Amino acid sequence: MNINELTVEELYSKIHSKEIKPSEVVGALFERIEKYDGNIKAFITLTKEQAEKTAAELDRLQAEDKMDGNMFGVPVGIKDNIVTKDILTTCASRMLHNFKPVYDATVMTKLKNENSILMGKLNMDEFAMGSTSETSYFQTTKNPWNLNCSPGGSSGGSAAAVAAGFVPYALGTDTGGSVRQPASFCGIVGMKPTYGRVSRFGLIAFASSLDQVGPMTRTVRDNAKVLELISGEDKANDMTSSNNQDTDFLTGIDKDIKGMKLALPKEFLGSDVDDEVTAAVLKAKERFESLGATVEEVEMPNLKYVVSSYYLIASSEASANLARFDGIRYGYRAENAKNLEELYKKSRGEGFGDEVKRRILLGTYVLSAGHYDDYYVKAQKLRRLVSNDVQRILTDYDLIIGPTSTTPAHKYDEVEIEGTKEYKNDILTIPANLVGVPSLSIPCGLTEDNRPIGMQLIGNHFEERKIYNAAYQFETLYNLHEELKNLTMGAE
Amino acid sequence: MHFETVIGLEVHVELKTNSKIFSNAPLHYGHEPNTNLSVVELGYPGTLPVLNETAVEYGMKAAMALNMQIATDTKFDRKNYYYPDNPKAYQISQFDKPIGEHGSLDIEIDGKKKTIGITRLHLEEDAGKSTHKDDYSLVDLNRQGTALVEIVSEPDIRTPEEAYKYLEKIKSIIQYTGVSDVKMEEGSLRCDANISIRPVGQKEFGTKTELKNLNSFNFVRKGLEHEVKRQEQVLLSGGVVEQETRRYDEKTGETVLMRVKEGADDYRYFPEPDLMHLHISDEWKERVRSTIPALPDELRDKYINEYDLPVYDADILTMRKEMSDFFSDMVENHQADPKLASNWLMGSVNEYLNKNNAELEDTGLTAENLTGMISIIEDGTISSKQAKKVFSVLVEKGGTAKQVAKDLGMEQISDPAVLSGMVTEVLDANEQSVEDYKNGKDRAIGFLVGQIMKKSKGQANPKMVNQILLEEIQKR
Repeated sequence: MNINELTVEELYSKIHSKEIKPSEVVGALFERIEKYDGNIKAFITLTKEQAEKTAAELDRLQAEDKMDGNMFGVPVGIKDNIVTKDILTTCASRMLHNFKPVYDATVMTKLKNENSILMGKLNMDEFAMGSTSETSYFQTTKNPWNLNCSPGGSSGGSAAAVAAGFVPYALGTDTGGSVRQPASFCGIVGMKPTYGRVSRFGLIAFASSLDQVGPMTRTVRDNAKVLELISGEDKANDMTSSNNQDTDFLTGIDKDIKGMKLALPKEFLGSDVDDEVTAAVLKAKERFESLGATVEEVEMPNLKYVVSSYYLIASSEASANLARFDGIRYGYRAENAKNLEELYKKSRGEGFGDEVKRRILLGTYVLSAGHYDDYYVKAQKLRRLVSNDVQRILTDYDLIIGPTSTTPAHKYDEVEIEGTKEYKNDILTIPANLVGVPSLSIPCGLTEDNRPIGMQLIGNHFEERKIYNAAYQFETLYNLHEELKNLTMGAE
Repeated sequence: MHFETVIGLEVHVELKTNSKIFSNAPLHYGHEPNTNLSVVELGYPGTLPVLNETAVEYGMKAAMALNMQIATDTKFDRKNYYYPDNPKAYQISQFDKPIGEHGSLDIEIDGKKKTIGITRLHLEEDAGKSTHKDDYSLVDLNRQGTALVEIVSEPDIRTPEEAYKYLEKIKSIIQYTGVSDVKMEEGSLRCDANISIRPVGQKEFGTKTELKNLNSFNFVRKGLEHEVKRQEQVLLSGGVVEQETRRYDEKTGETVLMRVKEGADDYRYFPEPDLMHLHISDEWKERVRSTIPALPDELRDKYINEYDLPVYDADILTMRKEMSDFFSDMVENHQADPKLASNWLMGSVNEYLNKNNAELEDTGLTAENLTGMISIIEDGTISSKQAKKVFSVLVEKGGTAKQVAKDLGMEQISDPAVLSGMVTEVLDANEQSVEDYKNGKDRAIGFLVGQIMKKSKGQANPKMVNQILLEEIQKR
C-alpha cells in the first residue's frame, strides 16, 4: 500500500479502522515531499514539526477510539493566501514574506475542527495574480506530469501537490479560474463553488466579488466531501457567505444521469482552443451521451466580453484590496525611507512584483475620475450580459460543459509570458466567477505527449450537487487515477 | 459693494453603538490607545467588514429626526486614500446612495423661523487618530471603525449666527434621538464649514473655502465671522478668493491657510464588494420611526402653548432631552407649576450641572423631590432663602424635601395654635408697642414681628405671624 496514492476517503477509512496511524500517513507523505518537492517546488512552507505533533496526538486518540472529525488524520495542503494562525502566510509575495497571522481563516478552522492535519502552505502566483505560478516571489512550481510544464495557476502549488501525491487534498482559491485551470493542467479535480458557498474570512482578498476558496482533489467524491466540510454560512465574519443548506453533496452522487440536459456553448470550442483540447471535449460529449445525458450546442454570444470585463473589475477591486500593504503594520517595510510618502512608495515598490503592480495600476486607472464610467461601469454591464447568457442557458439545461482551458499545460520553453497577452487564456474559466455560479474541472483526456486536458461543468447557483453527480458518473468512464500514481517527477 | 454670505456645514456625528460599525470590537471613549480593536480595525489581511445593524438603525433614526427620506435600497462604497490612521487605505462610506436625503430643520433668528435644508446623511466608519510629534507620529486606532454619520447641509445658511443656531439644533435633535453623545469635546460631534461670499443679487456662488479645526460652536461662529471679513477684504482689494482649506486658530481668532485645493480630490469611489446591498423595508423603517421620542421643536411648542412658558424658557429646557424629560415629569406626573419648575431648572439646577460638569442623572434630584421642594416653599413651610440650603442637600444626597428641611431644623412653624401662643406672649410683654401701633406708629409692628421671630428661633412662618399678629392686636 502506497499511502501517497490513497484518496481522502480511503485514508479516512483506513485510519478509522486503525489499519494505519495518522503519524504513519504524515511520515510517508513528508518522505515523499522531501524526495520530490525539490523538483516540484509546490510548498512555500512545510509545517512538519506541527504536523508530526498533531499526528502523535491523533495517534493517541485513535488508540482510545476517540476519532472525532470527518477528516480525522487526513493531511491537507493550503494555498498560501489563506491565513493560518502563527504559520507564515505569504501570498507568494515579498510583501508578506514574514507575515504570521494572528488568526485562522474560517476554512482552516473548519478543517482543524475535523482533525485534518496541515502539512504546509502551497505556492501560487503572487497574490493569486497569474495563471502559471511563475509570478511567485519565492519559486516556480513545476507540473508533476512534465517538469518542463507549468502546473497552471494561480493555485499551481495546490494542484501540483495533489497530483504529486504530497497531500490527498488541498485548498486553492479561484478568482478567474485559479482552481480549475491548474486542476486541468495537473489532471486532478478542482471546484470553484458558488460565490458565497464558502466563507472568505481569512482569504487574503484579490477581487472580493469574485474570490472563492475551492477544494482540489484526485477524485470527484473526495472533492464533494471536502466542499461539504468547508461550506456554510459565516455571517459573523463574512456577510457575503450564504445560508444555503444544500451541502450534502455525496448523497445521491452516484445516481444515473439519464436524461440530464447538458449544453455545450459553441463559443467554448472557438478558434483559439487547442485542437487536442477540442477533440478531448468532443470525446467527453460522447461519453456523457453514453451515460444517457443529452448534449446540445448552445450560444453564449457575450463570451467575447468576459476577459475585458473580468480584468477591469478584478483589477479595480485588487487596487483597493492591496492598498493596505503599506509597510506600516505588517509585512515588508522598506528601509531608509525619509518620510511617510517615501515609506509607502518604497515599501510597495520593493514589496510587490511586476504582475501585481501592473494590475494595481490598471485598477487604479479604471477607478479614477473620468474613467470610471467608461471602464468600471461598462465592465459591470458586460458582467450582467454574461450573467444573462449563462442564466438563459441554465433555464433550459442542467449544466454547461466545455473545456476548462483553451490549452493544456504550457511548456516553459515554448510560451513566453508577456504582459497582458496571457489574460485571454482565462476566457473559459472567467464566466463562472463573473456570474457567481459553481464550476468543476475534471480530467477528460491527455494530449499525445501526455499532458492532461480538463473539462469544466458549470451549474446554476448552489447546484454543486448536480455537478458532482454528472462528474462522478463521467469519472466512472474516464479518470487519470492510475496515471497519477505513476508520475515519476524526475526522480526515478 | 455689499456681499451675501453662503455657508454650508458638514457635521460628523459618532453613533454610540456598543460595538464598531463593521466588527464586534467594543467602543469606548478614553481607553488606552489601541485597545478597542479587532483584526478588522487593523485592516488585517483576510478580514471582512460585517455590518452592525444597530448602526444602520441609529443612522435611520438620526435621518428621520432630521425630516429626511430614508432610502429603500442603499449600499456602501470604498473611498480610497492612504494615511496611517486609515489601515485599509480605504474608508467604507456611502457615495451615491446615502441612507437619508432631502431633510431640513428649523432655526429661529430674531424671532423669525428659518428652514435650513439638509442634503444628505450617510453612514461611514471613522478613522483612527494621529498625533504628530516632532519627528514621528503616533496612531491610535481605537476610534477606527466607530460608526459615524455625516450630515451635509444645503448652502442655505447666510450668517455665522445662523450656522451657530443650526449646529445647536442638530445637536439637540440628535441628542434627543439618543444615537449619539454629541459631545464636541470628545469628538463625537465634529464640524467643517464651507463658506463663500457673493455680491448681493448675484446668482452664482463665489469660490468657497473650507474651514477645519472648529472645536466648538463658538469657534465655528468666530471662524466664519473672520472668514467673511477676510474674503470681503480680498474681493474689495481686487483679489480673488482661492479654493483652499483653512484652519481656525483659536488664539488669534483668525483663519490660517492649510492647503490649496487643486481640483477635486479623487477618492476613486466604487461599490464595497464585501457588503451586500442593503434593503430597508417599510416595516423596518416604521419600527425605527416608532422609537423616536418627541423632539425639541414639538416640546418647545407644547411648553409655550400649553404651559405658557416664555420662549426663552422653552428653548433652554429643550436643549437636552434629560432636561425636558425632567421638566415634563415634574409638570405632568407631579403637578408642579410649569413656570416655577422652569425657574428652578434653568436657575439653580443648570448652574449646578454646569459648575460640576454633571448630568441630571448624576445628582440626587428627582422630579418628585424638586417638585416637593417647590411646594413646601409655596405653602410656607420653608423660606426661599432656606430653600437654597435644602436644594444643595437634595442635589448632592437626594431624599425628600420635607425630610431634608426637617433634618436641617428649618421647618417653618405654621401651626396657628402654636403661633397664636407666641403672639399672645409677645403682646403681653410689650404692651407699650401695642399702644404705639394703635396710635399710628406702624414701625411698632416690625418690632413685634422681630420679637416673635426671635422667640421662634426664626422658624415662625412670617406670613402667618403677620396675619395672626394683626388679628390679635385688633382684639386688644
